[in-house]
Amino acid sequence: MKRTPTVGEVLRAKGVSRRGFLKYCATTASILALPPSMIPRIAEAIESARRPSVIWLSFQECTGCTESLTRSAAPTVEGLIFDTISLDYHHTLQAAAGDQAEAARHAAMEENDGGYLVLVDGSIPMGNPGFSTIAGISNVDMLKETVAGAAAVVAIGSCAAFGGIPGANPNPTGAVSVMDLVTDKPVINVPGCPPIPTVMTAVLAHFLTFGAIPDLDKHGRPMTFFGTTIHDRCYRRPFYEQGKFANTFDDEGAKAGWCLFKLGCKGPTTYNACATAKWNSGTSFPIEAGHPCLGCSEPNFWDAGGFYEPLSTGNFDSGEKLAGAAVAGVALGAVAAAAGRRRQAKFTKEG
Amino acid sequence: MTTQQESLAPASPFYGNVRPILNEVMHAVDRLLETDEPTTIDLAGLPFGPGELEHLEATLGTGELAAKLDALGTSRIRETAYPGVWWLEHRNAFDEVVGRYLEITRTPAILSSQDADIIAGRARLEDQFE
Repeated sequence: MKRTPTVGEVLRAKGVSRRGFLKYCATTASILALPPSMIPRIAEAIESARRPSVIWLSFQECTGCTESLTRSAAPTVEGLIFDTISLDYHHTLQAAAGDQAEAARHAAMEENDGGYLVLVDGSIPMGNPGFSTIAGISNVDMLKETVAGAAAVVAIGSCAAFGGIPGANPNPTGAVSVMDLVTDKPVINVPGCPPIPTVMTAVLAHFLTFGAIPDLDKHGRPMTFFGTTIHDRCYRRPFYEQGKFANTFDDEGAKAGWCLFKLGCKGPTTYNACATAKWNSGTSFPIEAGHPCLGCSEPNFWDAGGFYEPLSTGNFDSGEKLAGAAVAGVALGAVAAAAGRRRQAKFTKEG
Repeated sequence: MTTQQESLAPASPFYGNVRPILNEVMHAVDRLLETDEPTTIDLAGLPFGPGELEHLEATLGTGELAAKLDALGTSRIRETAYPGVWWLEHRNAFDEVVGRYLEITRTPAILSSQDADIIAGRARLEDQFE
């Protein structure tokens, strides 16, 4: 493996002072959601850390995840590329194309065998390899070839993590997630449609700082960012506790910024850091803009009931229930749906 | 008009998320006085509704000391109207806020000159004599 400079060496070469380095470590601790008391340890680790090689593969995706990454403020994607990581392959961001691009991928794999990171956005079509190819190589073949020498794989976005929208019913391409195919390497899921920029960069920063993958939940998501629900950290939560809800998008409750639970907010069952990390350099997040959380970082969110139906109607996470109803017959399904509507109407009326 | 509408509070930016932080600051001040233990509160991990962060900053006010740091972007460090309570804001090279902290301490550590920088500075000073 080629000798890459440490981050400390890179920063010193750029004339960054020790005080500036401590500032860098403080903001790194912040995005990793680590207590400030960890800053000295982070400084020590980053000082000697070497820039990891990163290969980014894009499969059945919309490029929204890359769009999100390039809006990361802390650290910036430019900073990541030039200071913290060595981004050796990325369709959208790299200058090389065609054979040159594929040569860059192979060179990065050979030079960093066993130590590079593979980031994947997009799901992988298994129905027909021709549904999505790059340089004539099917997505599944490119994934398997590339992860063979990787230290770990990061599935960026809900498509790579859980199949996402390509995998939604009726899943015409036979889309599957990265963890469906990669079973012999650590897989970190960073779901979201798209994921929060700082969460993506923080996962890389964690790997850089500690040389290991972060603690993960049952869906393979970093606990640091997916350990609490949107609802747990929502600034509108006090209104939920007080029983103050918006009933429509234009009523007085909505204008007063009350809780959006009755408008279908999936915050109580969605694990993500939107409420504190926020979007657009910390400007706001969907609930702050007056829209309920869609639950986009949860598995199968697209098929998990209506976005504007309250959780209390029982439709959320109802994939198995709906499948059961279909087996039992259309009539049963119709009865269940009518009952759900009645419950929803009753809920709204009582509110 | 429904009961819900009748009980609407007047338009206010405050959602009740500032008061707990002020309480935490007060306990941190007690700790500093009693045991000399400093506290750092990372504001990035706390929920704020529209206007609440500004409300917190205004409530803490401005004290008699402020500093500006130019390293990987600008940082502003200032003592609030409550001695021992410091407001730190780090920005990156694009002037985007990358970190906000409350430090309850006598002097924020980042204001101190660092040994590595002192040594490098001394070497540059020595060059003046060559």
